[in-house]
Amino acid sequence: MTTTPTPTPRWRALTQHNLFWPVAVLVVLLLINVPFTPGFFSIKMTDGHLYGSLVSIVLFGSPLILVAVGMTLVIATGGIDLSVGAVVAITGALTCSYISDQADQDSLAGVFLAMGIGLVAAVVCGLWNGFLVARMGIQPIIATLIIMVAGRGVAQLITDGQIITINSEPYKLIGGGYWLTLPFSIFVVAAVVAITVALTRRTALGLLVESVGGNAEASRLVGIRSLRIKIMVYVFCALCAGIAGLMISSNTSAADGNNAGLWIELDAILAVVIGGTSLTGGRFSIGGTVVGALVIQTLTTTIYTIGVPTQTNLVFKAVVVLVVCLLQSPKFRAKVFGGKFGSGSGAKGGGTSAATPADTAPTTAAAPKMEVS
Amino acid sequence: MSTTAQPPKTQHSPGTASASTASKAARLLGDRRLPVVVTATLFVVMYLVGLGRYQNYGFGEPQVFLNLFIDNGYLLVAAVGATFVILSGGIDLSVGSVIGFTTMLTAWLVQKQELPILVVIPIALGVGAFGGFLMGYVIHNFEIQPFIVTLAGLFLFRGLCLVISKESIAIDDSSVSSMAQAQAQLGVGFLSIGAIIALVVLAIAFYVLHYTRFGRRVYAIGGNEHSAMLMGLPQGGTKIAVYTVSGFCSALAGLLFTLYIQSGDPLHATGMELDAIAAVVIGGTLLTGGSGYVMGTLFGVLVLGLIKSIIQFEGTLSSWWTKIATGVLLCAFILIQRAMTARKKT
Repeated sequence: MTTTPTPTPRWRALTQHNLFWPVAVLVVLLLINVPFTPGFFSIKMTDGHLYGSLVSIVLFGSPLILVAVGMTLVIATGGIDLSVGAVVAITGALTCSYISDQADQDSLAGVFLAMGIGLVAAVVCGLWNGFLVARMGIQPIIATLIIMVAGRGVAQLITDGQIITINSEPYKLIGGGYWLTLPFSIFVVAAVVAITVALTRRTALGLLVESVGGNAEASRLVGIRSLRIKIMVYVFCALCAGIAGLMISSNTSAADGNNAGLWIELDAILAVVIGGTSLTGGRFSIGGTVVGALVIQTLTTTIYTIGVPTQTNLVFKAVVVLVVCLLQSPKFRAKVFGGKFGSGSGAKGGGTSAATPADTAPTTAAAPKMEVS
Repeated sequence: MSTTAQPPKTQHSPGTASASTASKAARLLGDRRLPVVVTATLFVVMYLVGLGRYQNYGFGEPQVFLNLFIDNGYLLVAAVGATFVILSGGIDLSVGSVIGFTTMLTAWLVQKQELPILVVIPIALGVGAFGGFLMGYVIHNFEIQPFIVTLAGLFLFRGLCLVISKESIAIDDSSVSSMAQAQAQLGVGFLSIGAIIALVVLAIAFYVLHYTRFGRRVYAIGGNEHSAMLMGLPQGGTKIAVYTVSGFCSALAGLLFTLYIQSGDPLHATGMELDAIAAVVIGGTLLTGGSGYVMGTLFGVLVLGLIKSIIQFEGTLSSWWTKIATGVLLCAFILIQRAMTARKKT
């Protein structure tokens, strides 16, 4: 909290920015590491590769960021995609089984073909989800539950219940290789995020997605092809999951139908929620999602580095989720902080009663106006 | 329920033969009991197919049928709890974790703390119900989506499992094993304590949902929360109670699972919430809430159980076929539900 005796509008505007809480949590988590890991923020150059805690957080968080970015668009249309973990497993399984069947696993053409096959399978899963949600009008959580349940079975079927290991140098690059001193996967993630942001914020596409999420029927009536938009976001989400699947299987040089991408859908949803995108749809923030995914990865790393037994990882995650969700809930803020939230330390300033209704208002636009009047 | 509403409909329809059959089909599709009937029929058909295929391997033994209850009693209890939540229009993702946590807690208290099992049971049930209560409280009072709150619950309880112990704890307590081995003879076969408790829970749930005010409120809130609120139903209390029931059922399912498997393991029942949700959906309960029967849930569990035993009898098939078959069934039933709700709206 701030120490300024009187609440300033700038502080208020800052706390109401949708990226404030995710970034604050991320910064706090990063700072917690400093006393435990000397030189936490330092980045060393070894063998032409950059090493450091920050680099590894981004490296290990790459698949999650990818999946979460895809998930953001799905959630923005008011949907949810539970099948991403299974898609990760299917893509990895198909690609690795194709590569392992080849005589020369290092052949570039073979690796590209294998990746193509994996990604096509991911797109098919996305089309199926989109078809069920948009065309058949089935609730997204249920429609995608089908592939979540069956998909892992399919992945195990592809790998014959085994863990397929491969030994392919070119394929290794995607998830475990380095390029220009940085992990290659960081470039992949950066490209996907940049393309997504460009497509959604530099064109009308993002607006259309938000409009479909706000009210699909109304969007359809004003002439937006809401069906097509919905199908598109599921395909995009599955494609992102597919790329994440390539990354995960490439990093371990193995496809595990049972465990690849396990729980990643839940982590991705968390990342989206932490990032401030509402699960009811209609609004999204790609930046917030990326920060959210980094929060989750940093949390995992922090738990490792400060020496807390790794098994408590999940408990910490649960607590962080709850705290972030509670802080985002207007009702919680109103109840617990008595409406003085965002106006500095309420107890110290005594609080102004005029600020109470403004604080409980969920929209950022309404709050400053009410204070001025 | 819907039978009383049907006669007037037929009066409106023209008297021609084709129209009357059409309205019959429409009536059938509009009947809320249709999915339950479909699931029950599916179960019978699958059973008959199994009988035809594996008769020589003893598939026809009554005990094979009773084993469906013995092997899936815990799933039935968990699915009954999930039915309450789903009927109220919510969802509980913490089921599997609570089951896993209960096995862990029970095993730890019995084995490491040497508490008698009769003391441990109420503790385990209390913890589960309290966990459900807390989730319901947060969902209702802070208006956070059930999906997210119970997801946090999922992480929390799975994490607590690991906090108790990373290793699995085998239970060799004599009272527990005698409880696990106790059998009720039925003449043609036997049922375990777990199976009997599961059937009792089902009966209680049936009574509560269809014959009590609480049951009506659950349906009302699931049907239309806003209307229920305007009617003056104690919506908050009902919602919290529904999650408490689910938490309690999950803990009870955990205890039954402990008896069934006689150990606690941090990875027990991973993903079982999905089995429970799948059983509820296959049993014909609408995921939007407000429509469905707990008896349907029983058939949903039996169908899932039968898939497993058929795959066991098949011998050569591997476990992943269970997942694929469950997914295909889930898909089929979702499409049936969709066809039904589409009819109702027009």
